Amino acid sequence: MSGSPTIASAARRGPRAYRRNALWVAAMVHRLSGLGLAAFLPFHFLALGLSLQGAAHLDGFLRWTDTPVVKLAEGGLVFLLAVHFLGGLRILLVENFDWRANQARLALSAGGAAAVIAFAFLVRVL
Amino acid sequence: MAQPAAGELSVSIWRGGAEGGFEAYRVPARASQTVLDVVTHVQRHIDPSLSYRFACRVGMCGSCAMTVNGRPRWTCRTHVSKVAEGGRLEIAPLANMPVIKDLAADMRPFFEKWQAAGGAFEPTLTRADPVEPVRPSEPARKVADAGIECINCGVCYAGCDTVRWNDDYLGPAALNRAWTLMNDRRDGAQGPRLAAVAAGGGCHACHSHQSCQEFCPQSLDPTGSIASLKRLATRAYLRGEIKA
Repeated sequence: MSGSPTIASAARRGPRAYRRNALWVAAMVHRLSGLGLAAFLPFHFLALGLSLQGAAHLDGFLRWTDTPVVKLAEGGLVFLLAVHFLGGLRILLVENFDWRANQARLALSAGGAAAVIAFAFLVRVL
Repeated sequence: MAQPAAGELSVSIWRGGAEGGFEAYRVPARASQTVLDVVTHVQRHIDPSLSYRFACRVGMCGSCAMTVNGRPRWTCRTHVSKVAEGGRLEIAPLANMPVIKDLAADMRPFFEKWQAAGGAFEPTLTRADPVEPVRPSEPARKVADAGIECINCGVCYAGCDTVRWNDDYLGPAALNRAWTLMNDRRDGAQGPRLAAVAAGGGCHACHSHQSCQEFCPQSLDPTGSIASLKRLATRAYLRGEIKA
């Protein structure tokens, strides 16, 4: 219905103002963290599949995962999982419990809580 | 652009169609000046070919909405002192709609979607019947009343991320209107309306960014209306009353 070009689609309006909206950022973090988790899943299943090839294969892989670089990456994964989970809970509150006040603050809190969880994980494993 | 002189505003106004551009104007700053006053000054004293739309000037008709410094606003009720950044204003037509010319956006898609969402009241009585009283204390009427002050200014539609991404999305105003009618006991088109808003491009396309709620000049809550439609449509689907 709105096939004609608009100013927004012509991209001539300078800085994209909607990116200043905290809830737009929260939605992007939710989507990108979901994509990150989806991209991780095949590797997770691949690692589990190593056990089918014998204990030696799996043990070799698990030794590799003990390196600090992999632990750091796991910290990132924990952050993605926590931020996606908490962001999803926030959306459920918005849509099912009519809680729509102070959502920017709630989204920020969810991001902060996810960062703390990921940091605590790293402190524990490094 | 250079810093505006004291007592002056530096105003960039979109000129032309979608492929147009911003042109700069100097406008005298005045007390209690609205953005619509600025646009009117440019048209009456600098360039009479400037096209824009307004009618009531008091926030009732919903015709003067524009993009002001990147944000959709009703210009007749927006004071320059609240939105000018360093004496600068950038005024463009509403986003997410085709541009007719200058500051006049084509609102046809907005109103077509309003119709597609079942926005028209379908009476169940004829003019021969007694007038059905509206009972403000009824719970459903209270829900409807919470959303009926929409003036169709298009601000929510212009500020909606989902409208920007999805040409088929009906938009916050149309869905808010549909929700008010779903709570109007006098209306007789509840089933077809719910099917229309539950279809592709309907309420389930909303991502709950709450921009409509933030931008609505009437302080309505279209996000809440859409979330309520989602729940209503889901319940109807589970009962087999509408198809996927």
